[in-house]
Amino acid sequence: MQDFEYQKPKTVTEAGDAFNAQSDGSFLAGGQTLIPVLKQGLAMPSGLIDLAGIEDLQGITATESTLTVGAMTTHARVAASPEVQKAIPALAGLAGGIGDPQVRNRGTLGGSLANNDPSADYPAAVLALSAVVVTDKRRIPADGFFTGMFETALDEGELITDVEFPVAERAAYAKFPNPASRYAVAGVFVARVDGAVRVAVTGAGPGVFRAAEMEAALDKDFQADALEGIAVSEADLIADIHASAGYRAHLIGVMAGRAVDAANANVGAA
Amino acid sequence: MPKIALSVNSQPVSHDVEGRLLLVDFIREVLGLTGTHVGCDTSQCGACVVHVNGQPVKSCTLLAVQADGADVTTIEGVSPDQGLNPLQQAFHEKHGLQCGFCTPGMVMTAMALIEDNPDPSDADIRHGLEGNICRCTGYQNIVEAVRTGAKVMRG
Repeated sequence: MQDFEYQKPKTVTEAGDAFNAQSDGSFLAGGQTLIPVLKQGLAMPSGLIDLAGIEDLQGITATESTLTVGAMTTHARVAASPEVQKAIPALAGLAGGIGDPQVRNRGTLGGSLANNDPSADYPAAVLALSAVVVTDKRRIPADGFFTGMFETALDEGELITDVEFPVAERAAYAKFPNPASRYAVAGVFVARVDGAVRVAVTGAGPGVFRAAEMEAALDKDFQADALEGIAVSEADLIADIHASAGYRAHLIGVMAGRAVDAANANVGAA
Repeated sequence: MPKIALSVNSQPVSHDVEGRLLLVDFIREVLGLTGTHVGCDTSQCGACVVHVNGQPVKSCTLLAVQADGADVTTIEGVSPDQGLNPLQQAFHEKHGLQCGFCTPGMVMTAMALIEDNPDPSDADIRHGLEGNICRCTGYQNIVEAVRTGAKVMRG
């Protein structure tokens, strides 16, 4: 690993200044992707700006309609949070299924979103729940945030501070994990917010995407049966050593059905 | 070069380190605590698991500077001066290891698991050990060892 200057600012403003002072700065969140990337020499930043010292980026607050999660909140904390479990249990469940316990103790919501790995779990929740990604400069709606494989709408040096999740009437996430990495081979987050259904798919394509045909069917009838007969095209899906595009297309249908069943079961239980 | 000050196995430690130094290399190369192993070096296998502020983490995927000010516990810190702790004893008795390379990470992960959940089911144990890979045992005896260790620790 090439050496770098290490800084640990205390505020978002200081972090921005530290970034701007570097010729090629990089923010360090939980480091569960960035540190492996640095080890492989795929990134060689001049400076690493560790966000772990910024209190304002931590924490979870809930109102009746919105759950706000700080960008540096770890997956383990989201999974174990009574506020999240009460407001959006599907989000707590998703966080508890990311990677493994050690990764969940370090990995963060903001880091996952800024990285936008096509197989990451959080992008599916953010897109399906129509969350708002709040940065140090602006508010970015989910539909405009994810712009492609490992690409987002974030500008150079722009920092995610919080994510605002609307509290869903019904929501659930179902994923088929790679048995080694626990990344999604295909994962589907289904949410109904203010009567409108949104279905977001991760792991299967070059980036998280919405399944419009499924959304239309579930808008009419929020039951797994409503998805029957909807064929998912494999045209734009990923094919790799883990799964063919055709298999991923099939998995999307299966995971979507399971997510709808789970979303309806969650409501029944509450 | 950044200076870090932390506690390792309840002993205060301070050192100048390069930013790029990994916590596992700090533990092994600088402090000479070689019970923590490097298996894959790609944050998958879990041989390098230590506790940072009580939470299990993969020390190959953490910079030493990120542990500045933290309480770090390694396998040496959970082992008595003589003999084995109850969980280590259970690994011994239940044949929860063959080559033993993954065992320090298994023990550190399982210690934290038992602390959170003193009476884990087999499913809890398997879910909790998802980040630890063993290429010898097939996991059966590891699960049994954790179950047994948890029982002894419950008293």
